[in-house]
Amino acid sequence: MTDTSLPQRLERPTALSFLIYAAVIIVMLWSFQGAGFSADKVLSSPPRFGDFVSRAFPPNVEPKVLLRLFWKMVETLQIAFAGAIIGIALSVPIALLAARGLIAGQLINTSVRNILGFIRSVPDLAWALVFVVAVGLGPFAGTLAIAIDTIGFCGRFFADDMEAIDKGPSEALTATGATRMDIAACATVPASMPAFVSTALYALEKAVRSSTVLGLVGAGGIGIELKVGFDLFDYPTAMTVILMIAVVVLGIEAFSTWARKKIIGEQR
Amino acid sequence: MTLQPDAKRRSDTAGVHRTPVSPVPLGHDVTVQGLKKSFGATPIFQDISFRLATGESMALVGANGTGKSTLLRCIVGLIPVSGGTVEVLGQHVNEATPRDMRRLRAQTGLVAQKHNLVPRLSVLTNVIHGFLGHHSGPRYWSQSFAPAAARHAALAALDKVGLAHLADRRADRLSGGQSQRVAIARALVAKPKLLIADEPCASLDPSAGEEVMDLFFRLMREDGVTVIFTSHHMEHALSYGDRVLGLAAGKVRLDATAQSLSVKDLRGLYD
Repeated sequence: MTDTSLPQRLERPTALSFLIYAAVIIVMLWSFQGAGFSADKVLSSPPRFGDFVSRAFPPNVEPKVLLRLFWKMVETLQIAFAGAIIGIALSVPIALLAARGLIAGQLINTSVRNILGFIRSVPDLAWALVFVVAVGLGPFAGTLAIAIDTIGFCGRFFADDMEAIDKGPSEALTATGATRMDIAACATVPASMPAFVSTALYALEKAVRSSTVLGLVGAGGIGIELKVGFDLFDYPTAMTVILMIAVVVLGIEAFSTWARKKIIGEQR
Repeated sequence: MTLQPDAKRRSDTAGVHRTPVSPVPLGHDVTVQGLKKSFGATPIFQDISFRLATGESMALVGANGTGKSTLLRCIVGLIPVSGGTVEVLGQHVNEATPRDMRRLRAQTGLVAQKHNLVPRLSVLTNVIHGFLGHHSGPRYWSQSFAPAAARHAALAALDKVGLAHLADRRADRLSGGQSQRVAIARALVAKPKLLIADEPCASLDPSAGEEVMDLFFRLMREDGVTVIFTSHHMEHALSYGDRVLGLAAGKVRLDATAQSLSVKDLRGLYD
């Protein structure tokens, strides 16, 4: 006769899983302690936050200020687009070198992947500081920071996308006697294009978000206005900047979602 | 497994059913001797030997997992062999450099179970890719940059498979049968001497499958191309193959002219 008894709702944890749960809790408490987590501060923050909001509202909508912020936002978007376009364009050949089994050998694949890993491990603000030192204050430093940050992101994901495609078309071209470069250009890259578009649109969203704060370290864009607003306790202007950033970032996200659906939805 | 061939056919002492293949007309395009292949510790086949004459068509039959597709891939050097030798069009595949292999593959064509077209590119571009073994480089990456001669040759190949009117259509907008016909055009456009077809109608419905096989073998015979194809359709093996090579348990169990065989003989390979 078959056993028809119901299994227990919760399984008894093994000794190993018990140890893992305990370790996770200890690491969490240790992190809270190191991060200066304070329940008192959390409970006392709403009045202070309310004070900030009351001083920031209404936002500064003086035409002269709005015009100045508008042009700074335009510069921010220029930094984001220029940096993202340079980064995405350079990511394609770099990803071809990083992808295993395509045009380069294992040594080159590993070296390029390690370099991309290093680029990703350095935050965009740190890259901006480096380029401010290298090329001076201003939007060009920010553009270079966005470009290198995009290469770290897109280079890795483009390579992963190319490794994951259906190998059938590549095999068919290998069987015709095509070279590795021909196969990459004729089968791998076209087949990876929908994934490239999706990754590139994420990179663009990321670039716009990053470019809004590059000004904090002198690398151009609207971030400098945010910093000056807080430094001078000009909270209404700072609030205007925050709202403008929110509108632009949400707009870019909406555009990216629409473009992804439009381009990839039809191409797949 | 032991085959029970009809009385009119002969068996040799090695347990392989063989009938003499027609006298060799022009020489051999494929010579396989003592071929072995294993993936890790798992043997796929061993001691496979056969010769294929120029212009001959050979059907490779056998149950799933007997290594038919693997054997085809070994012949064109897409996967390395574990032992034995393969000579194709006068080139020893085992000893070939990558450059030699590219030169050899430029004279061969492959049609797989799945058409393996590049989905987002046009039908004409996919066919032009058939020239990549002869002409490497950006001019042959897309029909937009291709020389006029290549574009005309690709269109003529499409015309032969009845799809010239779809030359500018994206490959992923074609039906299964149309896609397989484009794959045949791509394989034939550079006029290969040897064509390998791995169950070319496996992914098609019976009617489209018949259509594709008829077309495929009509073109092969027109151009005198040597063909090795695999099929689970016993009727296809007997009607399109001059010869049938049957694999079972990783060994050659049948090597005979198609004329000397019946469906019943082939069924024994699947027991």
